[in-house]
Amino acid sequence: MSGGAKLKVRLAEVVQVNALIKRFRFVRVDGAPLPAFSGGAHIVVEMDDNGTRRLNPYSLMSSPADRGGYEISVRRDDVGRGGSLYLHNEAKPGMEMEISYPVNLFALDSRARKHLMIAGGIGITPFVSQIAQISQLGGAFDLHYAARNRDLGAYMSELTAAHPGRVHCYFDDEKQAIDLARILSMQPLGTHLYVCGPKGMINWVLSTAAKMGWPAHALHHEEFLAPGTGLPFEVELAASGKKITVGPAQSLLEAMEAAGVDAPYLCRGGACGQCETTVLRCDGHLLHRDHWLTPEDQASGQKIMPCVSRFEGRSLTINR
Amino acid sequence: MSKTVFPPAIKSRPVYSVLEPRPGRLHLVVADGEGAGALSDLMAKVADPAGVLAAMHIMYTPGPNGTDESAALRALGAMQFFRAPTIATLLPRLAQVLTNAHMGTQFYLAGTEGLMGQAERDIMATGVPYRDIQKEHRGSTVRRVQCVHCKGITENVAMDPFVCSHCGLHLFVRDHYSRRMAAFQGVNIDAEDPGQVPAPVVRFQ
Repeated sequence: MSGGAKLKVRLAEVVQVNALIKRFRFVRVDGAPLPAFSGGAHIVVEMDDNGTRRLNPYSLMSSPADRGGYEISVRRDDVGRGGSLYLHNEAKPGMEMEISYPVNLFALDSRARKHLMIAGGIGITPFVSQIAQISQLGGAFDLHYAARNRDLGAYMSELTAAHPGRVHCYFDDEKQAIDLARILSMQPLGTHLYVCGPKGMINWVLSTAAKMGWPAHALHHEEFLAPGTGLPFEVELAASGKKITVGPAQSLLEAMEAAGVDAPYLCRGGACGQCETTVLRCDGHLLHRDHWLTPEDQASGQKIMPCVSRFEGRSLTINR
Repeated sequence: MSKTVFPPAIKSRPVYSVLEPRPGRLHLVVADGEGAGALSDLMAKVADPAGVLAAMHIMYTPGPNGTDESAALRALGAMQFFRAPTIATLLPRLAQVLTNAHMGTQFYLAGTEGLMGQAERDIMATGVPYRDIQKEHRGSTVRRVQCVHCKGITENVAMDPFVCSHCGLHLFVRDHYSRRMAAFQGVNIDAEDPGQVPAPVVRFQ
């Protein structure tokens, strides 16, 4: 079964955090403790949205020390494909759901002397669990957290109260910006940097750090991509002997699953590499949207990540 | 590709590249012996030599074969130049600099494996990822070897097998390398048939 073993859970609690964000707590249906995870891990939540199967990755934001439940915070996206709207509008306490085991693609590097965290908006979620982990196991950190305004800065007051002097908040509406060059210039040797937030912020932080001589392997980021929409296209699945059509709001991975093909996956957001698939024939353009394949791999036209990438052209055959 | 050509080896054996200019607020060079040449070649590739030299700290010691290029390196005009008589006297200086260094420090190691390995070990211990520490091999290929039995380290091993300078066992020099110890591993060669020791050959020059 692709995606690994599943956990049967019950939605125990739904909390409105602010105008856009709700927090969901899952507990195991059988009452047993949930598998251990480390700060930065995510789960894939399976949703049955009136017949449409949705599988979306969300960072865990509860404490790794709390094995009684997993918590995620979800920002409502009114123009997205519908996963966040389903959770906001349809998910009710008591509902039984399936989630994946936790997977960590954004772990703290415990060799670091200090962890420098930079969050934008809902990108705060993995840091909440990481900070809980650091609080238990020890370690130095600084968090720089930017939000649109005070009302939308989820968990700012809790984090600031628990870690005075370490949590620094910025508000776009008050024209406050993270003074990145200054912050990066002050960090002791052995600091690792972690950034999670909008794509523009991630690119800005990573490129500024690289220009200032930060080592490539001390820079960590996480960004789950939504599959995105596009023109419908046909794909021939050589190994399964099937020909399928990928709908405009469907990913190639979802279309394969809908056709009964058990294709491998883990994060479903272009980050983990699990769904990498060989392209056998391609008469057209692969629209690569992942950040797994190297630019060379993407240019070769011989690999595709079906969870987020699409195709435009005459015909595509993949080895699945 | 490294200027020194090493025979094919197991994955554990470190590989070296050629020093390339990278941005940084401090350019920290740790070199010995012929490693001086790697630094001159690096400087020839730097777009703004005056700017880089103004932020460069060079720590240098003669190589195990006696090569001493300190006069040439001093003449480069770096912000700081320090000549240590030995690797052992260079490392405390490195430790002091690391204590006060900030992110944005760029590391360039050049010369023998013993020098680069020990500098890498100390830099790595601060949390800097080892893969981002540039290393270019130049000069002697003698090895720093840890006896896996008594744990004693013998410097500048040229012969294989050789006699452990601590416990006296005859050791075969493996390509198995420990980044944490900054040493190759030496294993007793006549453990099963005591006294059956192959004739030593000069394997490292």
